[in-house]
Amino acid sequence: MAFLKVEDLKVHFPIKGGLFNRTIGAIKAVDGVSFEIEQGKTYGLVGESGSGKTTTGRAIVGLNEITEGKITYEGEELNIKGKAIDPRRDIQMIFQDPYSSLNPKKRVLDIVAEPLRNYEKLSRKEERQRVHELLEQVGLSPESILKYPHEFSGGQRQRIGVARAIALKPKLIIADEPVSALDVSVQAQVLNFMQDIQKELNLTYLFISHDLGIVKHMCDEIGIMYKGRYVESGTKQDIFNSPQHIYTKRLVAAIPDIDPKKREEKKQFRQEVQTEYEQSYNDYFDNEGLAYGLQSVSDTHLVALPEKG
Amino acid sequence: MSKELLEIKNLKTSFRIKDDYYAAVDDVTLTLNKNEVLGIVGESGSGKSALAFSVMGLHNRAKIEGNIHFKDADIANISPAKLNKLRGDDMAMIFQDPLTALNPLMPVGDQIAEAILLHKKDMSTKQRRNKVVDLLNKVGIPRPEHTYDQFPHELSGGMRQRIIIATAIANQPELLIADEPTTALDVTIQAQILDLIRDLKEDMNAGIILITHDLGVVAEMADRVAVMYAGQIVEIAEVGALFDNPLHPYTRSLLNSMPSEDEAQDKLHVIQGIVPSLQNLPRKGCRFAARIPWVEESAHEENPELHEVTPGHFVRCTCHNHFYFPDESKEEQANGVS
Repeated sequence: MAFLKVEDLKVHFPIKGGLFNRTIGAIKAVDGVSFEIEQGKTYGLVGESGSGKTTTGRAIVGLNEITEGKITYEGEELNIKGKAIDPRRDIQMIFQDPYSSLNPKKRVLDIVAEPLRNYEKLSRKEERQRVHELLEQVGLSPESILKYPHEFSGGQRQRIGVARAIALKPKLIIADEPVSALDVSVQAQVLNFMQDIQKELNLTYLFISHDLGIVKHMCDEIGIMYKGRYVESGTKQDIFNSPQHIYTKRLVAAIPDIDPKKREEKKQFRQEVQTEYEQSYNDYFDNEGLAYGLQSVSDTHLVALPEKG
Repeated sequence: MSKELLEIKNLKTSFRIKDDYYAAVDDVTLTLNKNEVLGIVGESGSGKSALAFSVMGLHNRAKIEGNIHFKDADIANISPAKLNKLRGDDMAMIFQDPLTALNPLMPVGDQIAEAILLHKKDMSTKQRRNKVVDLLNKVGIPRPEHTYDQFPHELSGGMRQRIIIATAIANQPELLIADEPTTALDVTIQAQILDLIRDLKEDMNAGIILITHDLGVVAEMADRVAVMYAGQIVEIAEVGALFDNPLHPYTRSLLNSMPSEDEAQDKLHVIQGIVPSLQNLPRKGCRFAARIPWVEESAHEENPELHEVTPGHFVRCTCHNHFYFPDESKEEQANGVS
């Protein structure tokens, strides 16, 4: 049984307009996405802005209503209305921007304790004790409990966000671009720390990012999204060593190389991929410019290709 | 004619906080040649943008000391009227965020035309429109005639950044400053925009200052690289020399904190402490010393200066001779256990 299973997930946003503000169409933000995550692993969801990766993450936590499809968490189906026990306390989210995801008017104590107040009935003293422990776990000093978010640096704020996310001892954390607002050195700090608590608490991550360098560093398995659909999925090796879909190739080719001597070589390679992209566009995308269904290339590796026939 | 386009000498840009002035750019000396890309790298708070804004004369209330020689003028001591003649004409800037840099209420074509209008008054409206369409074509916008009348919100991020670039190059500037031109963009778009800037440089024979925090972008684009920390240049070298043989502890730490190509490494290097805020900058001694406390105090110079180690490769302070990563031995132990 898979730890988290997403089957044919669709999230469509209605377009209103015309007479009486009727629904006249839909934006298909997520349009038939399926994947599975094993416990204790890190699954990377990659794509450019507008590809639907964040919407997928938000749909799993329940911040976006799903239009169609099924999300199963430890064998239990999520997104059923009127269910008494919400397994979602096990699923938490770390947001992209540590500057806007913390309420500036609340103290750290109130920010971190909020999920506890929602789900657990603790006395004041117990609550304080728990928040202390959590801050210690994320490497912040206990004095910070009465401070406000603006008194912290970006990296520290992101740690407060992590403390809030792990307050209920979740099993799955959805990290939506957790480091893209941070400087390189702070980024390293947060990534290391995320790996540490993963081992410590046996966490599973759904890591959403557009930065392939970081995804390569963090993730075991990767899914690449384009316009609401999967174009390719596989292990880290599958994706980086033998990308099959032209879109993935293009993404991989676009990563800037840290070696200035390879500059010309890299530019040439990029141009070749671009030419291939233009020439074979119709082989990889249907007439609406969307990806085809996934076909398996190997046990772990799936690529969106037209059915042979 | 000398090939030097821009010469910055002992530039000090200070901002007033309460009653004191604090230098965000502290004694920076730089030159930029024609047809050269100079990369400036550093974290937020290192003073790289403050430096760019000083060169463009965009600081409103900062105290600027030193000299910025560009053409026959000294931008650090120039009348606003003269500055306005240079800015947008002989020098131009590409801003980081293409959405906030554009006027949302004006068709993008008119915004580009405005830049031309301010400096070339003798063009007719029709000529200007044709020129803008040419520019849109040049920066790779499909259907330029149609795009001319569109508003910023109708365009994607990459397209908007192309509009910004078209505005910047409208008058064939000799000096172009790009402040994080691709940070807000997706990787594939980033690659396209970088290629575009590179082609334009060849075209116009311009000098470009490229400001970024992304070492990958620098490695792809720059001819020379200056690394800034706490308002100072700590290392400056040809791009090949800098990546082959980085010397300053800060440069080495930055390079080490990036996820590398080979996946072998488990942990990323973390620089201890945080970038000091403007008011708390150490003004004496090596400014990076506090972040590498394991290096002996005697390794640092009392007044760190830039030393030329090999021709064209300058490093500040002497601490690089004694620098090592503290976890170089520990890391192996940790791996053995786990």
